[in-house]
Amino acid sequence: MSAKPEQLKRRKRFTWRKQDFELTLLAIPTTIWYILFCYLPMFGIIIAFKQFKISGGFISNVVNSPWVGFKNFEFLFKSNDAWIIIRNTIGYNIIFIITGIVLPVLFAIMIGLLHNRKASKVYQTMMFLPYFLSWVVISAVGWAFFSFDKGILNQFLGNIGHDPVNWYMQPEYWPYILVLLNIWKGIGYGMIIYLATITAIDSSYYEAAVIDGASIWQQTRFITLPLLKLVIVMMFILSVGRIFYTDFGLFFQVTRDSNSLYNVATTVDVLVYKQLKSATIGMASAAAFVQSVLGCITILSANWIVKKIDPDSAMI
Amino acid sequence: MATKTYESGLDKFNRTSKGINILFNSIFLVIALACVVPVIVVLSISLTNESYIRDVGYSIFPADFSFEAYSFIAKQGTMILRALGTSTLVTVVGTVLGVLLTTSMGYVISRPSYKLKSFLTWIVFIPMVFNGGLVSSYFINANLLGLKDSFWALILPLAVSSFNVIICKTFFTSTIPDGVIESAEIDGANQIRIFFSIILPISLPVLATIGLFLCFSYWNDWFQSMLYIDNPNLYSLQALLNNLMTNADALARNASSMGVSSAELIAKMPKESARMAVAILIILPVACAYPFFQRYFISGLTVGAVKG
Repeated sequence: MSAKPEQLKRRKRFTWRKQDFELTLLAIPTTIWYILFCYLPMFGIIIAFKQFKISGGFISNVVNSPWVGFKNFEFLFKSNDAWIIIRNTIGYNIIFIITGIVLPVLFAIMIGLLHNRKASKVYQTMMFLPYFLSWVVISAVGWAFFSFDKGILNQFLGNIGHDPVNWYMQPEYWPYILVLLNIWKGIGYGMIIYLATITAIDSSYYEAAVIDGASIWQQTRFITLPLLKLVIVMMFILSVGRIFYTDFGLFFQVTRDSNSLYNVATTVDVLVYKQLKSATIGMASAAAFVQSVLGCITILSANWIVKKIDPDSAMI
Repeated sequence: MATKTYESGLDKFNRTSKGINILFNSIFLVIALACVVPVIVVLSISLTNESYIRDVGYSIFPADFSFEAYSFIAKQGTMILRALGTSTLVTVVGTVLGVLLTTSMGYVISRPSYKLKSFLTWIVFIPMVFNGGLVSSYFINANLLGLKDSFWALILPLAVSSFNVIICKTFFTSTIPDGVIESAEIDGANQIRIFFSIILPISLPVLATIGLFLCFSYWNDWFQSMLYIDNPNLYSLQALLNNLMTNADALARNASSMGVSSAELIAKMPKESARMAVAILIILPVACAYPFFQRYFISGLTVGAVKG
């Protein structure tokens, strides 16, 4: 033991070998990428504390813009938007976390029970399709159903003698539509993650259970679910770690950025994007800053909890 | 007993009754159809005669079959072709570049004796936890790096993800025997050569996983275009569709270069079905490709989920 620090010290004094030089060369392109696209923006975050002007050279702008301290944040939190975006961001995420775990687990268990393996493969493939569609495409799909004068839903309503609904103007329907679409897009993905764990369960557990006369319900409850628990907890914590982030495409593209839906579809990401595009940089940078910092805190705490449960699965 | 060999324990021992099996099958049939039918609806709208859509509206089955939208798109040419070209080029260049950047970094930080190993590991790791946020990224990319209205704006910001680097690193440390690298070193090969002619060829599984992820995310990306691209000549298919969704005349407006007056084109254009035809143009390659690559995705996703 006592020789170890000595050894370490000596290793540190080793000269820079040819090998180290070559490996560094190999790593340079990616390192430059990291500096440009990850680390520079981290320093750019000081925009949030400045009164930033858009025109002209970037660096001189950052340097010359006057400091305004927490003015941008004050502005953000005093606006009516603050409450709406916090409610929407966290509220939708809570619903997404619950539906994103309960339904895929349920379906994974059910599909594992099907007798016909071929049919189960076909279902899985079909349910996986929405995962590969972009939100722009999904907004086109949505338009086919929700469009006021031509949409399929309104034609259906007309057929059963109901007045057509102007979907993109009616905020009361959208929390349901957004949640449904989120489930629709993610169900195949979630199911496959849990199914992979289920198919990896040692069959001797079930064999023993069958010999003991356990019913399918008992097998699910006492074998499948407990063995899934770890994956479920992990998925839960990972999604909690991203509770301040939302899928911009879902809330912006699918709602077609309709003003009537502002109250039900504006999350942090949507607000930041809209402010950025309308060149109201102050509030946008403050909101982005808050999101990054809170996001960092939640991810680190989530990781800390993962470490308590299962040290191997933690990131750090 | 059935003669089939079963993979999972559930199959052999956890047999449900026939009634429940039928019930579950019908539930899954409904859900699976709900996942696929909306896409088929888009296909059938794209194949419906424009005048029928105008009078009656969209329909689930092509009521008044016509290739009008597709022939309009084909005749109208340049805009669509250019967008298709941009999307393809972005996907190919982005995937190749992304795979190279990701695997080289993954390899370097997987070498246990490398001097800067822990420093570079931190460089990769920190962005997983903390980022500059959209506003400052946007200004850095658009103003400082000059990516506004540049082809590279569609490629560079998406090329590397720390998560992929970590997957590569884990793959290299766990599957490549040290002996392979050591013997190459003894034979006098330098590290760069070892990486390209020994490591990459024997790492096909991880190359496939990361390559596929990158490929699909480049093909499906619309956000970079929306942020950085104003020039219609640089639109990808996604950006074009995005534009068409807000403004159905966009296609015809940009076709004036063909020598036909745009007013005439706008009047003749099958707007509704053309929109959906562009959507189909985007979906078709994805829908044809993903069932074949599903295996790789599943392994990639499970690695991601468990090792996240």
